[in-house]
Amino acid sequence: MLEVRGLHKRYGDLVAVQEVSFTVRPGEAVGLLGPNGAGKTTTVSMIAGLVTPDAGEVRIEGGVVRGETDPLKRKMGLVPQDLALHDLLSARDNLALFGALYGMRGAELRRAMDAALDLVGLADRAKDRVSAFSGGMKRRLNMAGALLHDPAILLLDEPTVGVDPQSRNAIFDNLEELKRRGKTLVYTTHYMEEAERLCDRIVIVDHGKVIANDSLEAVRRLVPGVNVIEIEIENPGQGAEWYGGLRALDGVDSAEWQGSLLRVTMRDLTETSPGVLEWLRAHGYRCVHLASQRADLETVFLTLTGRSVRNL
Amino acid sequence: MSFTAFSALVRRDLRLFFMDRRAVIMSFVAPILIASFFGYVFGGASADQPASRIAVAAIDQDRSAISKHVLAALGADKALEVKSADLEAARAAVRGGKTTVAVVIPAGFGDGAAKSLFRGEDKLRGGDKPEMQLLYDPSHNAELAMVRGILTQHVMEAVSSEAFSGGTGGTGGAGPGLSMSFSMPYTVREEAVTARQGVKYNSMAHSFAGMSVQFILFMGIDAGVMVLLLRRSGVWSRMRAAPISRFTIIGSRAASSAIVAMMILCVVFGFARVVFGVRIEGSFAGFAGVCIAFAIMTAAFGLLVAVLGKTPEAARGIAILATLLLVMLGGSWVPTFLFPQWLQSASFAVPTRWAVDGLDATIWRGASFTAALGPIAAMLGFAVLFGAIALWRFRWDGPA
Repeated sequence: MLEVRGLHKRYGDLVAVQEVSFTVRPGEAVGLLGPNGAGKTTTVSMIAGLVTPDAGEVRIEGGVVRGETDPLKRKMGLVPQDLALHDLLSARDNLALFGALYGMRGAELRRAMDAALDLVGLADRAKDRVSAFSGGMKRRLNMAGALLHDPAILLLDEPTVGVDPQSRNAIFDNLEELKRRGKTLVYTTHYMEEAERLCDRIVIVDHGKVIANDSLEAVRRLVPGVNVIEIEIENPGQGAEWYGGLRALDGVDSAEWQGSLLRVTMRDLTETSPGVLEWLRAHGYRCVHLASQRADLETVFLTLTGRSVRNL
Repeated sequence: MSFTAFSALVRRDLRLFFMDRRAVIMSFVAPILIASFFGYVFGGASADQPASRIAVAAIDQDRSAISKHVLAALGADKALEVKSADLEAARAAVRGGKTTVAVVIPAGFGDGAAKSLFRGEDKLRGGDKPEMQLLYDPSHNAELAMVRGILTQHVMEAVSSEAFSGGTGGTGGAGPGLSMSFSMPYTVREEAVTARQGVKYNSMAHSFAGMSVQFILFMGIDAGVMVLLLRRSGVWSRMRAAPISRFTIIGSRAASSAIVAMMILCVVFGFARVVFGVRIEGSFAGFAGVCIAFAIMTAAFGLLVAVLGKTPEAARGIAILATLLLVMLGGSWVPTFLFPQWLQSASFAVPTRWAVDGLDATIWRGASFTAALGPIAAMLGFAVLFGAIALWRFRWDGPA
């Protein structure tokens, strides 16, 4: 459906994107993950035709997208990170403008606007000025603007930035509905839980390069420890590496102290966790709470890049 | 009052002020520039620079010694630039704004003036005195008064000289001991040259032309800044993602600016027509052509603004300054004839001069469509230049 081959972009001395390649199959939801400045937006901008790549190409259904007016661009809909709305116009007038950019008018445009407004739950606010909308409503309308021409591929560049959890849920309900309808989604975010909820496949980008590209399960397997136990310690030790001895235990892949929590990753929970607890008991540390979870994308990213995605 | 908080707030305000390039430019550069301009125009910056001279056409239908004397004196006057012409050419030059005053010395003027010098007013009626005609540009009233004064001086000198030397025989009938009384030896008939006979000059015409040009250019700035603001928004990304050309994006912006400019012109001149009786005395097609050309030039100017600065704030500051310069040089604030000679010539290098002149010409000077083609072509030329620079310098690539 969408094939990205060797995209490369340089701004002066800064290489924003280098040799980025990945493929998105029809109906697939692919998460493009990475911290701010990793090159996600530049990659999406090159796919959407906003930025001319220095090298590489974008193919849609086998055809290379060439030039500003290439009809292949009709197969994509872009939900930009910055709101693409005119505040002084009504929701409907905004959509009418965006439909017109794809040559839509008359009954066809009206039907498309009704359908898009229905999907995002703004049909009853169609005639209201956008300036009267909440942040979440604007985000939903921003998404509706990309749906009018019924594109097969939706490029979503951090569409939930700055919205409250309730609105984020509403947006995700919309995205899941679009996925059910068979739309192909390319979703950039640095919220790992969003990618986990929506995406079939994950492409992790860091410093402009793809460092992982696989299914969610396969990406999870990239990290040495696929299980994490989080232990709340009542009397943590002094010094930076008071827990360092844990790393020497059989089966422990990593141990980190994060605030009041000790995070220990391991492949086999049954075999390794008793040894961890025994080590803590033997050294006089009291555990007041323990929880275990599977390694999430945050952990994957941390393992692959050595940095936490949220701290960047 | 907490002095710490007070001083911190003052420091904050000063820092923010100096970080705002627009505020800095407008507050420091603009007053210096405008004050310098007006000081230069009205006071003269240097004695080395030649002062602007009043363009005068001289039509000598008399060809007497007195008329030759008068014309020679006028020609030698440093305040005037005198050219000989025939009556129709002189009238056309005044109507077209190329000449300020045409002095017509009719046949028999010299003889009549010399005789009239020694007759008392009580013995004369207006019809007995020779009549000199002044055809003048009604938008240059101040210059008319100056020419009138200079002319009176030279005519009196010439008539006196000729009369007392006996060359024209003015004293021929007045022997010693005769009582004589002196009077102005001629009368002056002044005619404001407008579109045609009977059409009065309406000073509102130039005023509305100048202010329209100025405020439409300000609208052009806003249009350009809006492009920059749009570029920052997701709307720009969405437009670029659609299968439309950059010409569609930027051309539509230019077209909407041009339409707004036309609407402003229509409303402003509609108001001037209804309230102040300003009529289009020249070619309406020419007036419409000038308006359309100016609207297109404004649209291109707006695009140029969009590439002047990297940010909307910076672009607005620079553009306002540039616009103030353009409207000053174009004669929107003060008529260009008040400028020094070199500045009058230089002002043809700015589009606003052509706009103001074109509007003046078609509104009250009665210019034909053919005469309006010059300003139209000049403004379209500027539009092409501005548009080409804008397209060349425009930064198309940008992230979503």
